[in-house]
Amino acid sequence: MMINGIGASPGIAIGKAHVIKKQAVVLTGALLLTVEDITIAIEKFDAAVAISVTEVEAMINNHDASNGNEGLEILEAHIELLGDPQIREDVVEKIKMERKNVNDAVIEVIQAVVDIFKSMDDDYMSARAADVEDIGNRIVKNLSQANNVGNQTYEKDTIIIAQDLTPSDTISMDITKVSGFATQVGGKTSHAAIIAKSRGIPAVAGCGEALQTIGDGDTIILDGQIGKIIVNPDEDIVKQYESQREAWLKELKLLRSIKDTPAKTVDGKEIKLFANIADADEMEYALGFGAQGAGLFRTEFLFLGRNEFPSEDEQFEFYKAVALKAKDKPVIVRTLDIGGDKQLPYFNFPEEQNPFLGYRAIRFCLDRKDIFITQLKAILRAGAFGNLKIMFPMIATISEIRAAKAVLEEAKDELAKENIAFDKTIKVGIMIEIPSAAVMADRLAKEVDFFSIGTNDLTQYTLAVDRMNEKIKDLYDPFDPGVLRLISNVIEQGHKNGLEVGICGELASDPKATLLLLGMGLTELSMSASSIPQVKNRIIKSSLPDARRVYEEVMKMDNSQSIINYLQEKTQ
Amino acid sequence: MISKDYIITSTEGIHARPATALVKLTKNFKSTISIKKGEKTVKLNSLLNILSLAAKGGETISIIAEGEDETVAMEAIDQFFNEHLKDL
Repeated sequence: MMINGIGASPGIAIGKAHVIKKQAVVLTGALLLTVEDITIAIEKFDAAVAISVTEVEAMINNHDASNGNEGLEILEAHIELLGDPQIREDVVEKIKMERKNVNDAVIEVIQAVVDIFKSMDDDYMSARAADVEDIGNRIVKNLSQANNVGNQTYEKDTIIIAQDLTPSDTISMDITKVSGFATQVGGKTSHAAIIAKSRGIPAVAGCGEALQTIGDGDTIILDGQIGKIIVNPDEDIVKQYESQREAWLKELKLLRSIKDTPAKTVDGKEIKLFANIADADEMEYALGFGAQGAGLFRTEFLFLGRNEFPSEDEQFEFYKAVALKAKDKPVIVRTLDIGGDKQLPYFNFPEEQNPFLGYRAIRFCLDRKDIFITQLKAILRAGAFGNLKIMFPMIATISEIRAAKAVLEEAKDELAKENIAFDKTIKVGIMIEIPSAAVMADRLAKEVDFFSIGTNDLTQYTLAVDRMNEKIKDLYDPFDPGVLRLISNVIEQGHKNGLEVGICGELASDPKATLLLLGMGLTELSMSASSIPQVKNRIIKSSLPDARRVYEEVMKMDNSQSIINYLQEKTQ
Repeated sequence: MISKDYIITSTEGIHARPATALVKLTKNFKSTISIKKGEKTVKLNSLLNILSLAAKGGETISIIAEGEDETVAMEAIDQFFNEHLKDL
């Protein structure tokens, strides 16, 4: 059987399917064998309850009082139910006496209570069954998360099949054994795709419901270039793809062999190739691909997969590790870009109709100055150990960058008062990903040291296309002439004002776009580490006059199809 | 041991909201505090237990406190019931 999706990370993978099911509320029937198992099971239960209480408390703290207090009272009752001694006593008894595993114990205890409530001849009481069910589901959900952490090991050549992969899923996954990803939803820029690319793992996204037909242990061939999956193929096809995989690995090796070749055009212009990273490990991995620094260090991964905001010291150590790994190479640290599709388990962002247009990134940080200043202080301190720069995401207006800079100054003052070493002259930049910022680049340039163009969001906001919406994903197109004009304007205005201008979206990693971007005058490209060799391979075959001509030709075109066709022709 | 009886006035019985407050209040004391309806006695530190009693309007419940601070505890609970009895 064949399933078509979107090629999210190139390469051929062959392996056995491991299906990740979201529905965790199922009995497993497994019994505990040892006394130690029993102790661990009870500890897991307590840990899951603690996480659940934190989650509900976060919801209470972020409750909007203007909507009345009805919901608040329910949440307070949930906290009581979560910590209810009777529930714990019953769960512990099931674990100890019946040797039920913790998942089953919770499900059975909750089910028994729900049944009692439902049987009550009283509408109010039977409605409380829903509350008990709710807290039960929450505990079970947090049990499976607690189970996943460090526990999720796979056989070699596993191909992960999932509806979607959230950041907290991939955090708890040992991806060294994973040879491919396939997801029902998402596209080239979804979280799973980004992780896959950064690790050089082939991935196919947006496969739709057809993916549900795949079972654990099915043999899967996955082509991440064209976005194709073959389920349980016959031997001839496997052989054919094995040789394709060999060829791909060989090409990968070849591309890696140019790792130490400088990224210079034929006419001698050196282009800086940076990597997009999330932690010190990825920094190291990126250096292995010849990255000359990190053009985008996404800090939110430190904030995910945990139960509370990381402290200043913890953040400092995290950023310092990256700074030390990079040695003197520059690392652009993006401040917290949370909200939208990136949620925190311990902070409840309000439900929004348009989360991508909502309370996120710099808007959240300027609102929650306490959280913002803690991060800025940690980055400033880590800056004393390397070449860090600070970048603010989602800047739409001049007043936002001014406000952010004011908080940065406050952070510096606090550190100076505390007599703690920090980088006093840290460079400050903004991510250009909102059309208003791209249009206002000439004025924004007076405020900062550098620009970095985030093409993913810039494309999404310019074309008004939700990049997660499968129905309109084809409209999401960074080669749209409107998007390209904005990018070109940012580069021109940035350079006019003596700024460093880089690009850190997916467009930077697309070899078709390389000539065009060079033609626009870009000299800094940041991308997933595994894309660096193929982009470098383009650069060392190009010359700036050629690139300039390509840019001029493209600017004459009025639609993305002609642009893509033209660039494809130029790339071959 | 001290015990005191109350008649639930609300037709809907003990709601989750006042019951939650009652559980929270109970936690401030060292004494073992229980609630009794008919033959059934359960500890007052569990919201689930209180809700399971399904005490309805017109029914009588007893609060029983036993321990070193039982007098203070009972006074606090008595005050709570007097203030909130209409909600119960």
